[in-house]
Parts: sequence; structure tokens; C-alpha cells
Amino acid sequence: MHELSLAESMLQIIEDAAAEQGFTRVKKIWMEVGRLSCVEKDALRFGFSVVVDGTVAQQAVLEIIDIAGRGRCERCSSEIAVTTLYDACPNCGSYAIDIIRGNEMRITEMEVE
Amino acid sequence: MCATCGCGTDQVHVDGKILHHHDHDHPEDAHAHMHVHCASDMNVSRRVKIERAILAQNDRYAQSNRQFLAEHGILMLNLVSSPGSGKTTLLVETIRALQNALPIAVIEGDQQTDQDAARIRATGVSALQINTGKGCHLDAHMIGHAMQQLTLQENSILFIENVGNLVCPAGFDLGEAHKVVILSVTEGEDKPLKYPDMFRAADLMLLNKCDLLPYLSFDVNRTIEYAHRVNPSLHIIQVSATQGTGIPEWINWIRNECRQAAITQVKNVHSLQSG
Ligand SMILES: Nc1nc2c(ncn2[C@@H]2O[C@H](COP(=O)(O)OP(=O)(O)OP(=O)(O)O)[C@@H](O)[C@H]2O)c(=O)[nH]1
Ligand SMILES: [Mg+2]
Ligand SMILES: [Zn+2]
Ligand SMILES: [Zn+2]
Ligand SMILES: [Zn+2]
Repeated sequence: MHELSLAESMLQIIEDAAAEQGFTRVKKIWMEVGRLSCVEKDALRFGFSVVVDGTVAQQAVLEIIDIAGRGRCERCSSEIAVTTLYDACPNCGSYAIDIIRGNEMRITEMEVE
Repeated sequence: MCATCGCGTDQVHVDGKILHHHDHDHPEDAHAHMHVHCASDMNVSRRVKIERAILAQNDRYAQSNRQFLAEHGILMLNLVSSPGSGKTTLLVETIRALQNALPIAVIEGDQQTDQDAARIRATGVSALQINTGKGCHLDAHMIGHAMQQLTLQENSILFIENVGNLVCPAGFDLGEAHKVVILSVTEGEDKPLKYPDMFRAADLMLLNKCDLLPYLSFDVNRTIEYAHRVNPSLHIIQVSATQGTGIPEWINWIRNECRQAAITQVKNVHSLQSG
């Protein structure tokens, strides 16, 4: 989806942090992207490289940490691996699964100077 | 010009006027707690923990929209679908059925043109067109501006017709009470599985253009089964916007939601008075 606007939101977060923390260069960014979050990682990398041109994050390396999907079955309460949003619970066959991990889209840490 | 804001893009137009790009700081953004690991010389590398969701800012705008709507007892419904499923046709019919009973306003989102807003205004209700330019979705910041411009009435309904796109509007909370996904029978049964995020994000699905079923090999039961795999609690109504079938059930659903919005408003007022 809209990876370019997500990249713009990332840049806003980084620039806000730069103003608050007084750094002028971002060397590396760690972020978590869940497999169920519908972010296309290559498109995000590309969008990011476009929006950071001429900013504090111009040379930043993007370290994307992949988060696998996990869910809890609403019927039998077992915790299961989730690869698609239409997975049935392997234990009871129910489709009512709460996603507990795999929707992440967040910046967790930066290396700055 | 902007009372609430932070982001926005200079490609976005609200009723033909550019939604300004904001460069100002956001003091409220200081929420994100940042721990400096080794704050020493400015030129020495240091690690900064930040833990910030990429859509956190959108979600804050959405929350403030939701707060405003709750205070005024306004029901906001966000209509999402692929292009051409019949959102505007359905809205026009819905407005005709409700406009004598309730005040209604509409926010139209499209990449280009204000044709849909013009179709809505022809019914007599006020409509605001947001043109997203290259953007493929509406976000909560644009909606906040649009809400300020519309002078909304107490206990009214605000419909949003999102940009025709089954993908990314799913990820953006606008502050709406519900996302309503419209799927037309000419699009194929497999859409809930192919675009599961949208069907999971929605609380109601309108299966539109049912008048065309005799001419198609579209399997309604299979579509419903697929939609319920992705979202077991999804409520589904079969409609034809052009023939009017199913519209009374949809209108009942809306009226029921309006009562909920009014109850929320009363609770809100009470909690403000007691708090
Ligand atoms: N047969 C039939 N045609 C319909 C129905 N609803 C809409 N249409 C037709 O479908 C076409 C698209 O309808 P719109 O209402 O413009 O669809 P939309 O979702 O608003 O389109 P975008 O805003 O461009 O995404 C028009 O030609 C409508 O007349 C329906 O219930 N039955
Ligand atoms: Mg339309
Ligand atoms: Zn189970
Ligand atoms: Zn603004
Ligand atoms: Zn988008």
C-alpha cells in the first residue's frame, strides 16, 4: 500500500526526533514490520530513499526486522502461527482469530550523530 | 489557518484549495519517550530508542476527530471499495431515504475531479470534495480539516466516500464509527480473500448490484463464506443501489447506529459534567 506516504510519516518521526534530540545525521534506523501489515518492504525502502534525499536521514541504512504473524483463537484460546488473515485455527477450525503479532509498523531505534 | 495540525501534502486539495504543508513542531509529539543511550559529544554516534508506530500521528488525528464526533452525537461512516462499486449511487439513494429525517453531510475523496461531490450536492445536502492528487487514500488529518469546513450539525450523519481502492484505506483510521465495505457482484467472489485487510477492517459489507445476478455466474454464498473467513463478525446486506432492493435494511442499520451515536453523546456529556 501507499509506501510513499508511510515513508513520509517515517521521515516526520525522524525529523521530530532530530529537533528534540539535537542530532544532525541518522546513520541507521531499526524498524519492525509485521508480515500481516501489508507493507511491501522493497517499496518502503524505495519510497524511503526518495523522501530522505537532502534530509538528516539521507544516508541512513534501513534495518527492517521482520515479525511473523501470531494469533489467539477466540473459540479455543490456543495461540497459533498466522500467515494470512483467513487462516483457520488448526486446533478447532474457527476463523475467529485475534491477531496479536504481525501488524507492526514502527521505528524502534536509531543510530545518530 | 490550521488549528489542529501537523502533516499534509501540497498535492491535497479540499474543495479546490491546497491543504497546506505544515512545518511547525508538534509539542504533543513529545509523548514518544526517547532514551538517549550515550549522550556525549554531538559528533559521536549514539543510539536513540524511539518506539514509535509509523501511523501514530494519523491515529492521533483520528482520535481527535472521534472525540469531536462523540461530543456532537455525529455518526461518521467511511465507505470503502474498489473503483466503480457504486458508492456514489448508493449514497445518493441513501440520502434520498434519510434526508427528511436527519441532517446529512458528505466528504468525497477522489484523486481528481469534483464530479462525485456535484452528484451529492444535487440532492441538496452539503458535500466537500477532497482531491488527493497522487494519493491513494484519505487520512485523518484531511478529514479533520474537512470537518472544520463543513459546519456539521448536532446528531447528524457524516458519510465519507473514500478513494476507490480496496487496499490502503484499510490501514487508515479516520475516526469513523464504522468502515462500510461495498463489493459489487461484477468484481468476483474472491475479493474478500484477495484483499483481506479491508474486509477485516469493515463492520458492514454491502453486496451491491445484486440486480445483475441473473446475468452473472457470481456465487453469493461463496462470497459470504469467504468474507466470514476473514471477518466472522462482518454483517452483510445484499442491495441494489439502482433498483432499491435491500436499501431499507441498510437504512435501518444506519438509524440504529445513529441511536448509538446519540447514546455515546449523552454519556460523553455526563462524564464531562461529572469529571
Ligand atoms: N446495475 C447496477 N449498476 C449500478 C448499481 N450501483 C451503481 N451502479 C453503476 O455502477 C457505475 C459506478 O457507480 P458509482 O456510484 O459511480 O461508483 P463509485 O463506487 O462511486 O465509483 P468511484 O467513486 O469512481 O470509485 C455507474 O454506472 C452506476 O450506475 C447497481 O446497484 N446496479
Ligand atoms: Mg464515487
Ligand atoms: Zn481454536
Ligand atoms: Zn493541517
Ligand atoms: Zn494509500
